[in-house]
Amino acid sequence: MASVTYEHVYKKFGDVVAVDDLDIQVADKEFLVLVGPSGCGKTTALRLLAGLEEITSGRILIGDRVVNDVAPKDRDIAMVFQSYALYPHLSVYDNMAFGLKLRKVPRQEIDRRVKEAAEILGIQNLLDRKPRQLSGGQRQRVAVGRAIVREPKVFLFDEPLSNLDAKLRVAMRAEISKLHQRLQTTFIYVTHDQTEAMTMATRIAVINKGKLQQLDTPQNLYDRPGNLFVAGFIGSPAMNFFNGKLVKDGEKLIVDTGDFAVPIPAERAKVYLPHTGKNIVFGIRPENIHDPDFIPPGIHAEKVAARVDVTELMGNEIFVYLVSGQNTFIARVDPRSRFRIGDQVQIALNMDNFHIFDAETEQAIR
Amino acid sequence: MLPTITRQGRLIPWLYLAPALVIMLIFVVFPVFNTISLSLKDKTSTRSAEVSCVAGEPCWGKLENYRYALTNPEMTQALRNNARWLILMVPGTVIVGLLFALLADRVPYESLAKSIIFMPMAISFVGAGVIWRFVYHIESGGGEQIGLLNALLVRLGASPVAFLSNPAINNYALMVVGVWLWAGFCMTVLSAAIKGLPSEVLEAARVDGTNEWQLFWRIMLPMIAPTLLVVTTTMVINVLKIFDIVFVMTGGNFGTEVIANRMFKLIVTDTGRSMAIAVLLIVLTIPLVLFNVYRFRLQEREE
Repeated sequence: MASVTYEHVYKKFGDVVAVDDLDIQVADKEFLVLVGPSGCGKTTALRLLAGLEEITSGRILIGDRVVNDVAPKDRDIAMVFQSYALYPHLSVYDNMAFGLKLRKVPRQEIDRRVKEAAEILGIQNLLDRKPRQLSGGQRQRVAVGRAIVREPKVFLFDEPLSNLDAKLRVAMRAEISKLHQRLQTTFIYVTHDQTEAMTMATRIAVINKGKLQQLDTPQNLYDRPGNLFVAGFIGSPAMNFFNGKLVKDGEKLIVDTGDFAVPIPAERAKVYLPHTGKNIVFGIRPENIHDPDFIPPGIHAEKVAARVDVTELMGNEIFVYLVSGQNTFIARVDPRSRFRIGDQVQIALNMDNFHIFDAETEQAIR
Repeated sequence: MLPTITRQGRLIPWLYLAPALVIMLIFVVFPVFNTISLSLKDKTSTRSAEVSCVAGEPCWGKLENYRYALTNPEMTQALRNNARWLILMVPGTVIVGLLFALLADRVPYESLAKSIIFMPMAISFVGAGVIWRFVYHIESGGGEQIGLLNALLVRLGASPVAFLSNPAINNYALMVVGVWLWAGFCMTVLSAAIKGLPSEVLEAARVDGTNEWQLFWRIMLPMIAPTLLVVTTTMVINVLKIFDIVFVMTGGNFGTEVIANRMFKLIVTDTGRSMAIAVLLIVLTIPLVLFNVYRFRLQEREE
């Protein structure tokens, strides 16, 4: 059990900066998820921590120890790889026992730990098999088991679920969360799937183009994204964005997108007043756009004219793709809605829940 | 309605196979049976081998040529030498090849290094034999040593060595040439196997706690074992048939005789005996060929 610290870490491959001034403190027992689009540097960040890549500059600490020049085997970490990376010539038992044998752990202790891990993961009956005789989900469990038996200070996961089918992925997600509860160890988990990040993390680090965009709890990331990238990356379907301008109309502050204009409620206007006249990006999440017939009570609803382009019935909700002038956007509306393709509707925006970003810096204004 | 391919009847597949079968019959199957039949005849190829039996000496009747192949002093020497070649050159080429493959994997100018090691394979074996005869050359008349090795030895103050005519060392001198020729082949095949190892598995092992030595012995070696086996059996077959080097460099003299050279020498003077040796060579290689086929099938089933 240990904290992990990235101090101004850079990693360059030739001229390409894969990790750009990464500065993260991970507390002991935390479940940190590094999330970002593919090629953003999140896996490189994890591999730097594992010691599989050399740091160009900066420091990485595990606990109080600087590990820049420590070999992977001496870092007291265990890693689960995307391809599982099981040893094909060894049985499941020996795959799990391998790291312990290298460390000269007594045979009985190895046996105890392997059996215990196998039980946690429900793979007791597979111990004699070879990896090629296992299904994807079973291999995944063995890979996790191989990490567990080592009882490391830090667990590293590199997109461990991305090779599994959708159903298994959801099940394994819950199991890994449970495992974290049970082991009470620091987990650092890399994924490109924001759902995985949201469901498992105690905190999420959103990374793009090698840079840390925002580091916060899942709820805060969702409610208060710090910039346009985070706002667009977290949440599914993604937040709707409209380019516009902040203009003043008498006492009211208005977001004018060119296609529609909506007033900002008086109690929130104060924050945005200094930015009057600026080019901004107005962001609103699909669930904050409502069917005018089913507006929840007590919200500041502003109606906007739009045409229904496509509807997708999900059962418990409907995704409605709307067009308003130049803008297309998505609403998640009540399943009782009766939208039909081509309808001209007065869609309701919940103005208690929107985001405004500076169009130039892409930072949230708040 | 059956798909077209299964409706073409029983004859069509044979038609497709026929050209290959005919060629195999003419150039492989027939010569094998012809060789076997000739091996049972005497040097004229017209009478049974029995006629070359000498009264009062052991005689194997129709199999007299095989008695020669297995008991004649020159042949037993050849058999013994072939065994030495097997014991030393097969591990020699495989180990040297593996070493180069591993080392080349870690240097920046890898393809250059590998090209150099592989170069001898591009030279004809006869050419290689000629080159190495110069390297090993000894000037016995007391003149200046022009052979590379002896020139070096003399320069260093040692006396020249008769690498090719001294029975104590000449076999090993020839094997060095064999390793020089074949190590590149082993390296290329093994290098491909090493390159094919999934990098995540090797990284997992490093995180799991292996040092480079353990990584090689406990992870890489078992994972390339199938390739290693194929390379080894291929080399065993190559070494069993070893001929060019010996023929060019010593002609099988000074105690360097090998089976294939013996066969070649006798082909004109005593076809029957030569053919018996050829059959012996086939019999020795067959188990290895079968083993390779078996391994290949096993591997296919595993995948």
